[in-house]
Amino acid sequence: MLVFDWFVLPFTLGLVYLVVTLLVKYFRWVKNLPVDEFAKVKKGVLSTKTFSAIREVFLESLLHRKIFKVNPLLGYMHTSLAFGWFLLILIGNWESRIFYHGHVSPPYVPIFFRFFNPHPVGFKLEAMFSFLMDLTLLVVLSGVTLAWLKRMRSRFFGMKKTTVLHMGDRFALASLWFIFPMRFLAESFTSGAYGGGHFLTANSGAFFAGFLPVESLVYPAWWAYSLALGTFFVALPMSRYMHIPTEIVLIFLRKYGVSEQSIFTSYTQVEINSCSRCGICIDPCQLASSANIRGVQSVYHLQSIRNCAVDNDKSLNCLMCGRCDNVCPVGIDIASIRKANRKQQAAQKENVYRYVPEGNAAKADVIFFAGCMTHLQPSVKKAMTGLLKHAGISYWFMDESGSVCCGRPLMLAGKEAQARELMANNKAKIVASGAKLFVTSCPICYKVFKEEYGLNIEVMHHSEYLLQLVESKKILVNRQDVKAVYHDPCELGRGAGIYAQPRQLLKSVVSLQPVSQDKENALCCGGSLANIKISNPERKMITADAVSVLTANNPDVLVTGCPMCKRTFAQASSVRVLDIAEVLSGALVLKQPTALIKVKNEERLAIQPVLIR
Amino acid sequence: MKHVVVIGGGVAGMEASAKLSEMGVAVSIVEKADKLGGKLNRWDRLFPNSRPASDLLAKLQSGMGKDIRKYVNAEVSSVRQSLKQFDIALSNGEDFKADAILISTGFDVFDAHRKEEYGYGIYDNVITSADLEKTFRKGETLKTASGKKPQRVGIIHCVGSRDEKAGNNYCSKVCCITAVKQAIEIKEQNPEAEVFCFYMDLRMYDRHFETIYKEAQVKHGIQFIRGRLSEAFENADGSVMLKAEDTLLGKPLKINVDMVVLMAGMVPSSGNRVKEQLNLTVAEDGFFNVADAHYESSGTNVPGVFVAGACTGPKTMENTINEARSAALAIKEYLR
Repeated sequence: MLVFDWFVLPFTLGLVYLVVTLLVKYFRWVKNLPVDEFAKVKKGVLSTKTFSAIREVFLESLLHRKIFKVNPLLGYMHTSLAFGWFLLILIGNWESRIFYHGHVSPPYVPIFFRFFNPHPVGFKLEAMFSFLMDLTLLVVLSGVTLAWLKRMRSRFFGMKKTTVLHMGDRFALASLWFIFPMRFLAESFTSGAYGGGHFLTANSGAFFAGFLPVESLVYPAWWAYSLALGTFFVALPMSRYMHIPTEIVLIFLRKYGVSEQSIFTSYTQVEINSCSRCGICIDPCQLASSANIRGVQSVYHLQSIRNCAVDNDKSLNCLMCGRCDNVCPVGIDIASIRKANRKQQAAQKENVYRYVPEGNAAKADVIFFAGCMTHLQPSVKKAMTGLLKHAGISYWFMDESGSVCCGRPLMLAGKEAQARELMANNKAKIVASGAKLFVTSCPICYKVFKEEYGLNIEVMHHSEYLLQLVESKKILVNRQDVKAVYHDPCELGRGAGIYAQPRQLLKSVVSLQPVSQDKENALCCGGSLANIKISNPERKMITADAVSVLTANNPDVLVTGCPMCKRTFAQASSVRVLDIAEVLSGALVLKQPTALIKVKNEERLAIQPVLIR
Repeated sequence: MKHVVVIGGGVAGMEASAKLSEMGVAVSIVEKADKLGGKLNRWDRLFPNSRPASDLLAKLQSGMGKDIRKYVNAEVSSVRQSLKQFDIALSNGEDFKADAILISTGFDVFDAHRKEEYGYGIYDNVITSADLEKTFRKGETLKTASGKKPQRVGIIHCVGSRDEKAGNNYCSKVCCITAVKQAIEIKEQNPEAEVFCFYMDLRMYDRHFETIYKEAQVKHGIQFIRGRLSEAFENADGSVMLKAEDTLLGKPLKINVDMVVLMAGMVPSSGNRVKEQLNLTVAEDGFFNVADAHYESSGTNVPGVFVAGACTGPKTMENTINEARSAALAIKEYLR
């Protein structure tokens, strides 16, 4: 028994268009993955990874667990829309299937079930289904109301800013907002005219019937509902709602181990199409909150890549601090996409650094690499070499008198070919030294040596190594009566996941005070090498805000593990800024007490006598 | 009799007080240090003629008659405007009414610790231009931390001046000529020593400066290298390796020196605190704004409050003295 009416056509055609478009796109994207990545997909499909992907689709795409964690109200809004709609389709299908005794019917039948069967006589489960459908519809409508409120007043949701939309999005958004009110009206009018419905539509139906000619409104209302659905389906692939189906694809690919490469791949397409433009990444961006720089945040950057309209400002005006990666509810690898984008834009040149001498290597167990930023902070360098000597380590200070850049700044600027040249120079020396351990006092260097050099020896940040030396009693320290706060450098914390070691090390010598925004939520100092667009006054605003958060509880010292952060903070902080190595060297138990750091300005270094024995 | 309070007892404050007093105005001068004279107490010889700073100080002191009430070791703790008068309270408990205020708080020397890459406070043989004046003033010979006469000295210009990263975009004006003066003084003390000046631009703008600069090169063999210091590195023997780019040759350069002298610039004085209580405005650089840059350089945005000297930006001693006299005249006119 096939039911049909002309009004189902907008919905049906829209759905066919959508399904075909999506299948073509997804097929292309998966097929065009790099060979290695495609192999991962083939291997993963028939493994348990598929089940865990299904689980994640349920938790994230339907329930939006991560958004709940950021903000419960925002979470409810997404869940009520996504999971509510999902239930509406699911329950409607059950209802239709049971009613038609399992006959397979076209997709429009369950959707417009109430039109074809306003008040099905003799259908035993009608009351239950009407109740469930009304309840679900109410939940979805509450979500639509919240979405509308969010557009008007994002502050209700704890968001200072929500995304600015482009035309395609507005079109889709309008039709999406229409869908559920139209369904509500269509069902209400039907109920008012022919009976049926439950607590929601039966009552509203009776209400409308009181003053409206509902019988003649039923048909136009169902037309409008179908049109709203059809319009939304056609607009979806061009709008941000593309994220609804694409996030599912993303979750599967990610579970199979597919990841971003150093250049754009079709996986990047999947990722940027999975961005819902929820705008959660805007508020944590310090460019926005401290320096009032708008329109460059990750949501806009991803949007501009999707629209093939990336400008320099969007790709380069970014600290690459990783605070947005940290909160993205979809888990998009924003940092890698930005890096790949920069690489795409930058000229890749060969043999630029041919003039850099090869240099000699010295034999040693441990290599110490200061990096350019440590060289600009001689107190850190002095503390480190003092500590290494004190511990009796056989070390080679690799860049003591002439340094070759680690390559990370060039990498961050997208100049990978140039960076590789410098990296090869450094790597040759490291290999020739025969060292078993590579230690650097700079998190910027640390990240590139650890992740990009492919060294066969261990790479450590100095805080990790110093902790080892303290724990193995090679360095003996006294506790100091000093209140300190620790600042997590972006590259070390979010960049390399090192949060525990510096804290453990500091706790052995000073009393560590809490900071309101720390670890994954730590602020960027503003000095970042990754941003080559920002002006100095803008940087200063970011630094000043970060300093005031860090020093809110009036600590004696502000400690960090990055010479760049130290240098940046020192210009803006009235609280003394020290590197973790300086704190440790100040707390050393020395046989013959000699100050490692000389004091010239008593006033400024008031804390120094406490730290130095 | 009208009463003027002068805040800051340095060169500008002393000269203005003397002139106001001569014109029959009652003057109280407030100085936070234990004696009047400001930076003249710290400098040894002055450019352009190497005249002893103590000599100029004595001259200024001769104008500070008994009529002028002097408060040393005192700071202004509060100022309030009431009608056309000011109620002023000092940190030592004194308070009085004033018909006008002259701010002559001068400048502070840039804290060279803030340019950590130059090693001040970390390396043994890195000093500032102010430290060097102190050595000369005590009549001592310049010596390294290990007590030797330095054979090579590097002088670094623009430390904390014209430096966006340090937050000071302006030129401190007197450091270039001070560097040339001190380089000559080092050579005079130890003619065998080699002296290298690292500069961005040499600003020899005033009368006699160019002559002194030429003399430094021709007569004393001082070497001027155009290039900003990028990094200083301490060698095991305490000497310092300087890294810079010689921008005239377009080549990077490394040089070992026994001592480094940093030409620390001028920054707004911490004595500028009175600005909040008086609603005085400062420019982006932190120095006081004046009423009219050309025509009324002694006035401020608050009637009755005047400025003189380096509190409105870096300037030389003779400009400071001229401004002090000009401010005295402006105050006298205002009080009429």
